Amino acid sequence: MTATNVNIIGLTRDVYKGLPSTLCAGCGHNSITNHLIKALYEYGVQPHRLAKMSGIGCSSKTPAYFVDSAHGFNSLHGRMPSAATGAKLANRELLVLGISGDGDTASIGLGQFAHMIRRNIDCTYIVENNGCYGLTKGQFSATADVGSSSKGGKRNEYETIDICGVALELGATFVARSFSGDGKQLVPLLEAAFSHRGTAILDIVSPCVTFNDHEGSTKSYAHVKEHGFALHAPDFIAGSQEIVVDYEPGAAQDVEFEDGSHVILRKLDVEHDVTDRLGASRILHQTRERGELLTGLLYVDTKSRDFCEREAMPSAPLAHLGSSELRIGRDDWAALMAAGG
Amino acid sequence: MAQEAIVNDFTLRVATVNGSGSQSSNLVLATAIFRLGIAVAPKNVFPSNIEGLPTWFDVRVTPQGYQCRSREIDVLVALNPATWQSDLASVRPGGVIVHESAYPMTTLRDDLTFYAVPFGELAKSHFDAGPLRKYLVNMVYVGVVAELLGIPIESIEAAVRGQFSKKPAAAEKNMVAVHVGVEYARANLRKHDPYRLEAVAGGTDGLMFMDGNRSAALGCVMAGCTVAAWYPITPSSSLCENFIALCDRYRVDPQTGKRKAAIVQAEDELAAIGMVFGATWAGARAMTSTSGPGISLMAEYVGFGYYAELPGVIFDVQRVGPSTGLPTRTMQGDVAFAYTLSHGDTKHIVLLPATVGEAYAFAMQAFDLADRFQTPVFVLSDLDLGMNPWMTPPLPYPERDFDRGKVLNAHDLAQLESWGRYRDVDGDAIPYRTLPGTDHPNAGYFTRGTGHDEAAHYSEDAATFARNLDRLVRKHDAARAAVPQPIVDEAGHAVGLIAYGTTHHAIVEARDRLNDAGIPTDYLRVCALPFAPEVQAFVERHERVYVVEQNRDGQLHTLLRSELATHAIERLRSIRHYNGVPIDARAIIDPLVDAERAAVTA
Repeated sequence: MTATNVNIIGLTRDVYKGLPSTLCAGCGHNSITNHLIKALYEYGVQPHRLAKMSGIGCSSKTPAYFVDSAHGFNSLHGRMPSAATGAKLANRELLVLGISGDGDTASIGLGQFAHMIRRNIDCTYIVENNGCYGLTKGQFSATADVGSSSKGGKRNEYETIDICGVALELGATFVARSFSGDGKQLVPLLEAAFSHRGTAILDIVSPCVTFNDHEGSTKSYAHVKEHGFALHAPDFIAGSQEIVVDYEPGAAQDVEFEDGSHVILRKLDVEHDVTDRLGASRILHQTRERGELLTGLLYVDTKSRDFCEREAMPSAPLAHLGSSELRIGRDDWAALMAAGG
Repeated sequence: MAQEAIVNDFTLRVATVNGSGSQSSNLVLATAIFRLGIAVAPKNVFPSNIEGLPTWFDVRVTPQGYQCRSREIDVLVALNPATWQSDLASVRPGGVIVHESAYPMTTLRDDLTFYAVPFGELAKSHFDAGPLRKYLVNMVYVGVVAELLGIPIESIEAAVRGQFSKKPAAAEKNMVAVHVGVEYARANLRKHDPYRLEAVAGGTDGLMFMDGNRSAALGCVMAGCTVAAWYPITPSSSLCENFIALCDRYRVDPQTGKRKAAIVQAEDELAAIGMVFGATWAGARAMTSTSGPGISLMAEYVGFGYYAELPGVIFDVQRVGPSTGLPTRTMQGDVAFAYTLSHGDTKHIVLLPATVGEAYAFAMQAFDLADRFQTPVFVLSDLDLGMNPWMTPPLPYPERDFDRGKVLNAHDLAQLESWGRYRDVDGDAIPYRTLPGTDHPNAGYFTRGTGHDEAAHYSEDAATFARNLDRLVRKHDAARAAVPQPIVDEAGHAVGLIAYGTTHHAIVEARDRLNDAGIPTDYLRVCALPFAPEVQAFVERHERVYVVEQNRDGQLHTLLRSELATHAIERLRSIRHYNGVPIDARAIIDPLVDAERAAVTA
């Protein structure tokens, strides 16, 4: 094996693979898995430091399909954020990667989703968004657009919950949207999310080939292809690498993360400053009104403090501390008891 | 008529309005009496309200040092315009009432001694108008009661200074109010009732006041709990608040300012328990504290913890259900629910502390058991234990290190060709686990609430599923010997009593009185679920066994009936108390005497 077949920590791509997928052939989630494998490999994530968290649903099976040797936690429907929070607090050296779906996040798990963002737990939070409940055979989810129709022709009458819109409003410090079929955009966004210290929300539209890939669906391959609107073309540059991306001055926005890595956002048809939360909301609404699906990094705040930092937690994992570090000392104890407890 | 003095043997009740600051005054009274060497049992009966609803505070003194409530009120301080009539009716014949002069009480009963005090007028003439006035009124009654019952002013002063140790100016103001009461009583009230307090030399030496939420929080600190996730709910909030305060004081590195704990006020109880399991999965010791409504929400994740075999400690400071129930009253209402919480076949370890010392010791043990058996562990306290101050000896320093159970590290894994997360290697039904972050290629496994095989792979195989459930039962059975064992006091009598938790304190008094009445009893106190084998043996040694508890349906009685052998079940009887106030001895004695008469006649 030549050196070109290993990543920066000397591991082959095979290490980042998982079990064979049990999802439908052509499912957008499978593409996301492949992009994730690529991103984790390129980023050089140590498998033992990766915590793969998920809820329930087709999306939440994904953690079984990559980095087989990493620890996985397939939790309860809509309850991934709380388990991910606990894991991060116990061991802040873990790269916590949460994978959820639109039902898991926007319906049953909306509360935990909101509060994870509010606390800015350091976690990459992926929503594999197909607008329907696949595992229970195609019911609408809360991210289905008003007026879109189900496979059986039923029209969705209810307002959609836009995951990126909600995340922006809740104060999320990293909000991006992408498409399962756009690895060129998704892989750098994933790597940027890994570098981000705080909750990084990645809403990834991922067509359900079995129940939601028909005419009338706004989460179909054809619809996204036709109505996708990319904000910019992102490139990710790890902290250890030299910036060699070629772009004209003013033609890209350079976002530097705390770990020294960069995401370079090459401008396309629109001016958007990714550090402008209000601007991100505005363009999200504007494109939605035009029937377009906005993708790219919408907003990022690289200076935000995550929960562990705000709570002044030690840099060593809490899980590693022993009794001598955690118990009240004998003298202090005696004094405490003498003072009446 | 000359009355014989009743010394150190009565219940004083103070009836006030919630939010008037009477809690401080009542604690001063209880502490001052305690400082005289007299055993006290304070009970706060308070409303679910910040200001305005009625509240009562009982201070019971007995020569025997009984710690349970008494339903007989001997001395009443009536200061609530909304309840004085019913409060008046609650005093036993021959009792005493200290009351606001404005209440026209004296004509309503002729079997009581009345001491009318113009509290409102005294407050107006001595204290400036303003928000403080209503608080100071309460210290006036402390002075009046001290003078009438014979509590030396020095003892009151020491208690006041202790109560306001961080606010010396407030202590001064309160002492002025105490003196107003004392002087009014001296000048205007002629003592003509039998109730008196007399100091008992050394009577309370080596004891202090503490509530069970405080001692449980101390147990969490000493157990090395580093992650706490909670949602505020009466009566458990002060457990986590104490944990926070203790971590702020003892876990902060003076150099770096870093605190060796992560505490999250979660969005709800379900999220709180999810955080606990996420944290224990990643290797920390973690807990949540809640009450019945929180337990209901946690049902979903607790079943996951049981099946995925994750440690986790859940404090349930029980209050009155069903539903929102009586949020500020006490009950042992969650025993059956907690024991099998969640859908499917589940069984949990449940610890049942009765004292402040046990709330501390069981809290520590809960973390060891959770790690050892890789399962959620409940500590079922209740409002009476959690929020009332109790006399307790100082809590002992733990002499043993943590038992983190079967955890494989990278070095262990290097010695093994393979391992399976749910494989019963040692024949004790307890598998080995690894923690995320363990630097070995074989460390990782998949934790899930779906069917899984011994290697933690997804499996729908029928035999595999049944085998795993059977192992979980064997693991639960193994816990019988590891949990706190029953405490037995036995002398070969025909009648046995079984109780648990705070019911214990009423049992102590009831047994004395039953003995006096010619019904001597043996007693077994259950300290944990699953039942230790001793429980069945105890039942078998007695003709009739009364299971006493504070819920309507006899929840422990039902659990005993479902778990003990048939011949033992026939001996069980149930005595229940469920009105929200702590159980008293008569709630046991009256039904037991009736039942015993019937049994003997039969």
